[in-house]
Amino acid sequence: PAFGLFIFTIARDPLRIIILIAGAFFWLVSLLLSSLIWFIAVKASDPQDERLQKGLLIFGVMFSVLLQEAFRFLYYKLLRKAIEGLVALSEDGCSPISIQQMAYVAGVGFGLMSGAFSMINLLADALGPGTVGIHGDSQLYFLTSAFMTMVLIFLHTFWGILFFHGCEHRRWWEIAAVVIMHLTVSGSSVCNPLYVGSLVPSYLLMAAAAAWAYLLSGGSAQNLRRFLLCKC
Amino acid sequence: MITFMNNSDSEEEPCNERTSLMSAESPPVPSYQDGLQASEAGETQAHRKRRAGSSRSPNNITAGEMSGSGVPVRESALENEEEELTLKYGAKHVIMLFVPVTLCMIVVVATIKSVRFYTEKNGQLIYTPFSEDTPSVGQRLLNSVLNTIIMISVIIVMTVFLVLLYKYRCYKFIHGWLILSSLMLLFLFTYIYLGEVLKTYNVAMDYPTLFIVIWNFGAVGMICIHWKGPLQLQQAYLIMISALMALVFIKYLPEWSAWVILGAISIYDLMAVLCPKGPLRMLVETAQERNEPIFPALIYSSAMMWTVGMAKPDTAARGPSQQTWDAAEDGREHLRSPSHAESQMSETRSPVPTRPVTSLEELEEEERGVKLGLGDFIFYSVLVGKAAATASGDWNTTLACFVAILIGLCLTLLLLAVFKKALPALPISITFGLIFYFSTDNLVRPFMDTLASHQLYI
Repeated sequence: PAFGLFIFTIARDPLRIIILIAGAFFWLVSLLLSSLIWFIAVKASDPQDERLQKGLLIFGVMFSVLLQEAFRFLYYKLLRKAIEGLVALSEDGCSPISIQQMAYVAGVGFGLMSGAFSMINLLADALGPGTVGIHGDSQLYFLTSAFMTMVLIFLHTFWGILFFHGCEHRRWWEIAAVVIMHLTVSGSSVCNPLYVGSLVPSYLLMAAAAAWAYLLSGGSAQNLRRFLLCKC
Repeated sequence: MITFMNNSDSEEEPCNERTSLMSAESPPVPSYQDGLQASEAGETQAHRKRRAGSSRSPNNITAGEMSGSGVPVRESALENEEEELTLKYGAKHVIMLFVPVTLCMIVVVATIKSVRFYTEKNGQLIYTPFSEDTPSVGQRLLNSVLNTIIMISVIIVMTVFLVLLYKYRCYKFIHGWLILSSLMLLFLFTYIYLGEVLKTYNVAMDYPTLFIVIWNFGAVGMICIHWKGPLQLQQAYLIMISALMALVFIKYLPEWSAWVILGAISIYDLMAVLCPKGPLRMLVETAQERNEPIFPALIYSSAMMWTVGMAKPDTAARGPSQQTWDAAEDGREHLRSPSHAESQMSETRSPVPTRPVTSLEELEEEERGVKLGLGDFIFYSVLVGKAAATASGDWNTTLACFVAILIGLCLTLLLLAVFKKALPALPISITFGLIFYFSTDNLVRPFMDTLASHQLYI
């Protein structure tokens, strides 16, 4: 689905593609830094202690979430500058792309990269021989990973919109809400393989974020109805 | 102007200059600007439609606020318009380059992942004589550095040789050299590649069929690249030979040497293009003085250049090789004149200028584009392919390098739009790619693996 989003909404406009790739790049950098921190922490600690490792991992996850949001903020700043540049240079005073579109594209960029990194090795392994969950792990590993990745990609997209909107209008509580949501989702994935604990809240949060983002983008029930009835 | 500097790497001597250097075009510098303005006609319509479809309309509040600042911009000089056009349509040109680079990388990665041949070590090139199977780390490092020095010096020698030939107008020799090397690429390497692919998928093919297929492929390729042909076919062929070349490099360069060579080549690229005495810069300037395009077989061009030649009667009388060059010249001249007319046409922006020679200018106007050297393609693909081949993190590393290279390309294009002269395309992208490769392989991979095994999501 995320790829479909890409094809239908982003692939037409070259500027959006650039913003997408730049968003992916920023996510990547944040991942890099967070894994650096985790790596250092692991190397500096005792590799035998299971609980410590798990604790470090969770710490790494949280730290990574915070870093991701920090990078989203940085990206927002960069896009603001870019939009000012584009506006100043465009011939009729409008920038060719609005900040909301940028927010959307940035969110998709983050999401795609995060999803790709989460899934792609799995997919590659899935092509090979083997049985899922042979060692007593859940048999639904692939399925749940796929769903989780999808929800995460969508969430990133919505968070992007919410985050940028919050930054635009200086509503700090929106930004804080995004960060808390992200932390919640990542935290809930700790409950894996108890999938109920992670998938369900994530989907609920996603629905909430979707509705919120939709409302923020100026949509309403009327728009929705008009869209569904007339195709233009 | 968009030109990218590219480096030559030598494989076998005919292949050298094949990829040796590609600089961007200095000649098209003015024409790019003009082409931008002129292409505005064709593209603005598309852009207008896009903008109309987006959330903004001229009556919007945000637009209203900005229109005040927009008016003085409009009243400013022509150069400002040129600049804004450059930046605005820069996005389109960036994409025009993203697509072939991506395609090339996809081909290389797909081949590396599926065909075993290219990851087996079957010996090394004579250009990298020192082996890396040494017992100690220091020895291995030393060997790879020596390999790099040899390779880079070969490249420098070849580049200087090519520049000298160009300076002393030995066009026939250069042409012959290029034709020989592209012949070899198109036939020999394709044969090897096809053989390996067929072997991997266990498909039987008899020799006559193979001969016919390769003959057709090679002959059409030669015509497309060196003479005239549909733009997309030419682009496709250039991508294919870049991929083939990159595959050969990936196979035959030993590990550490490959990375050191990549680093060294970007430094060389930087110097060769930007230093006043650099060979590539001299090549570009000479081409600029003589108002000629750089050899068609060495650059990837994202725009059409030959349509004018087919329409102009007097160029038809000359020989084929001359024809292409003259066609380019005519193309550029044509581009300069529409630009002035276009700038006066302000908001009407009709793609059909009010002059007799309408259709061909329209073709040139709309399709002026960016040029990127083939060696750039090759080295990007070598980086990504090596990442795919040797990284144990597999796809994550490959993906990271891919994104890094694309971002580097974006930045280079941005710099190009700012500086408006030939720029090396390798350094930024390769630096990013290298950084990301090593960091992803060593840092991110364990992190992601551990996360995946616990099914945690970040």
